[in-house]
Amino acid sequence: MNSKLIFEIAKSLLLARWKQSMVAAVGVTFSIAMFITLLGFMTGLNDMLDGLILNRTPHVRLFNEVKPNPQQPSNLVKGLGYVLIQSIKPTGNGQNIDNANAILGALHRDERVLGVSPKVTVQVFYNVGNIDITGVINGVDVEAEQKLFHFGDYVTKGNPADLKNVPNSIILGKAAAEKMMASIGDVVLVTTSRGDRQSLKVVGLFQSGLQDLDKVQSFASLATTQKLLGKPASYITDINIKSVDILSAPAMANEYRKLFATDAEDIQTANSQFETGSDVRSVISYAVGITLLIVAGFGIYNILNMMIYEKMDSIAILKATGFSGSDVKNIFITIALTIGFLGGLFGLIFGFLLSNIVDRIPFNTAGLPTIKTFPVNYSLKFYVIGMVFSIITTYLAGMFPARKASKIDPVIIIRGK
Amino acid sequence: MSEIILEANAINKSFHDPVTIPILKDITFTVNKGEFVSVIGRSGCGKSTLLYILSTMDTDYEGKLYIDRQLMNNLKERELASIRNEKIGFVFQFHYLLNEFNVLRNVMLPGIKLGKYAVKEVEHRAMEKLKILGIDDQALKLPNQLSGGQKQRVAIARALINDPLIIMGDEPTGNLDKKNSETVFDIFHQLTKEFNQTLLIVTHDNEFASRTQRIIEMEDGRIVKQ
Ligand SMILES: Nc1ncnc2c1ncn2[C@@H]1O[C@H](COP(=O)(O)OP(=O)(O)OP(=O)(O)O)[C@@H](O)[C@H]1O
Ligand SMILES: [Mg+2]
Repeated sequence: MNSKLIFEIAKSLLLARWKQSMVAAVGVTFSIAMFITLLGFMTGLNDMLDGLILNRTPHVRLFNEVKPNPQQPSNLVKGLGYVLIQSIKPTGNGQNIDNANAILGALHRDERVLGVSPKVTVQVFYNVGNIDITGVINGVDVEAEQKLFHFGDYVTKGNPADLKNVPNSIILGKAAAEKMMASIGDVVLVTTSRGDRQSLKVVGLFQSGLQDLDKVQSFASLATTQKLLGKPASYITDINIKSVDILSAPAMANEYRKLFATDAEDIQTANSQFETGSDVRSVISYAVGITLLIVAGFGIYNILNMMIYEKMDSIAILKATGFSGSDVKNIFITIALTIGFLGGLFGLIFGFLLSNIVDRIPFNTAGLPTIKTFPVNYSLKFYVIGMVFSIITTYLAGMFPARKASKIDPVIIIRGK
Repeated sequence: MSEIILEANAINKSFHDPVTIPILKDITFTVNKGEFVSVIGRSGCGKSTLLYILSTMDTDYEGKLYIDRQLMNNLKERELASIRNEKIGFVFQFHYLLNEFNVLRNVMLPGIKLGKYAVKEVEHRAMEKLKILGIDDQALKLPNQLSGGQKQRVAIARALINDPLIIMGDEPTGNLDKKNSETVFDIFHQLTKEFNQTLLIVTHDNEFASRTQRIIEMEDGRIVKQ
């Protein structure tokens, strides 16, 4: 009953000064709209950059680093006095992961693993006339790569599935292809470091967005690569793992390192500097949004002060006829919150529309083949935060004038008449 | 013996600005139910000051104040507000109507605040009060569309809406011409006679006072005659 009455009085005071109230509300609308747009855009950018690196980076990578045998001959002959050993070379299987099939099987059964993609990397030379260009061919399981790391998004020409369907085929990095003047259907000659030669048919071009990468990287199927190396089908150099929860990657890497006796690297370690940029962009958006809101808050503070000044008489008689100080305070806080709520609501709507416009602005860059317009993130989170912020700011802006109003002494006002 | 509505017991008040000046000295009196009391005295003798204390709006005083046999000292601001709402009706020299609301709504506001009756019922009662004051035909107008006398009658209707124990007035006819003052006086008179309404009215108008049942005369912050 009481709250309804307070709302009615607040409404009538608001309507009596609707122009100024609207200006105050527009201030809130503007700041919330900017906040939503900015945050959506910045997060869109973050997501895009995440996509550029994180989406294509395995959460855990298993591989064999070529390194000296930890069990050195000098250890074996301990206790025999002086031992002179020369020219110890790395030994073993090179980069091959031992028992790769068993490891793949174990990973498939692990519930924390979203998927695995085995890989064979091989250093090659692309033979162009007299000149050899160094390169790396990644032998991949096309389907797994596509599913886990969006391989197809970066194949700008040709069909990724052809890697599997066409024997001895290759997808060239775009920059490398340009150097070789090779296009789809052409045949390129590659030489492995051991001197084996092989002609491969170009079935597609690949553009990662990182120019340096595109100069050297090419893709072929696992079988083609293994054949190139003269290795059996069990030869695997990398196992790329995508986990269900990216945050558990370091723990998983540690575990696999021990379990499978391979090297294991997690994404957080590999890209530790990456988060910083994202954080800075978020902080900037929040700072701008909050600054605008504070300015809008002063607008509300002003209009309320003006209303209270104008309505001294009304406040006095309300108090004389039985409204308590807190009733009066609630009236003015209701006014502030109404301005904040309506302003905020329109802010969300305009913010959404503005985001939509930004989302349509063409944004073509050679480095990002999948991006055609500015990236925008429409997360509901920003809208909730925007609304909460506008309510909190207007509440704070309204509280001080409202408290002042609640302390007005009716005797002083009435005596003044 | 009739029922005591209001009792002031040894009320003293001083202003401390800039030096302490006693304004009210040892004010002691009672008002019984159905009495029409007027308070007179020279300008500056403390009539308004006394009325603000009696109305519970001013709490900065010494002495005891009882309304409806309940001690007002030590009550909280919120409790005093609800006492004013329920038991006291006010009429000031200025009407203090809210321009955003029409006449009817102005009269209804303290009634809705009290919450004793449903809004519809409060509206019905407000119309009855306006009828008593002869301005029911103005109910839907805005206050600034009324004459001074009409506004003051709306203010009286508002004071009546919760059937208060006592109506207090600080020169309610002070802004009105002879004829309108006459009307307001007649209304007060009718209220005491027909509805046994208790009234405590501060006035400058000696003729007005002489027609009330009882006159309290003040001089220099003291009651000299009652
Ligand atoms: N806030 C204040 N500070 C100091 N002195 C005050 C204050 N308010 C009133 N006074 C003094 O108190 C005295 C009584 O004032 P009050 O308004 O009660 O007189 P009154 O009897 O109502 O006069 P009038 O008939 O002119 O309305 C006056 O001398 C006035 O100057
Ligand atoms: Mg006075």
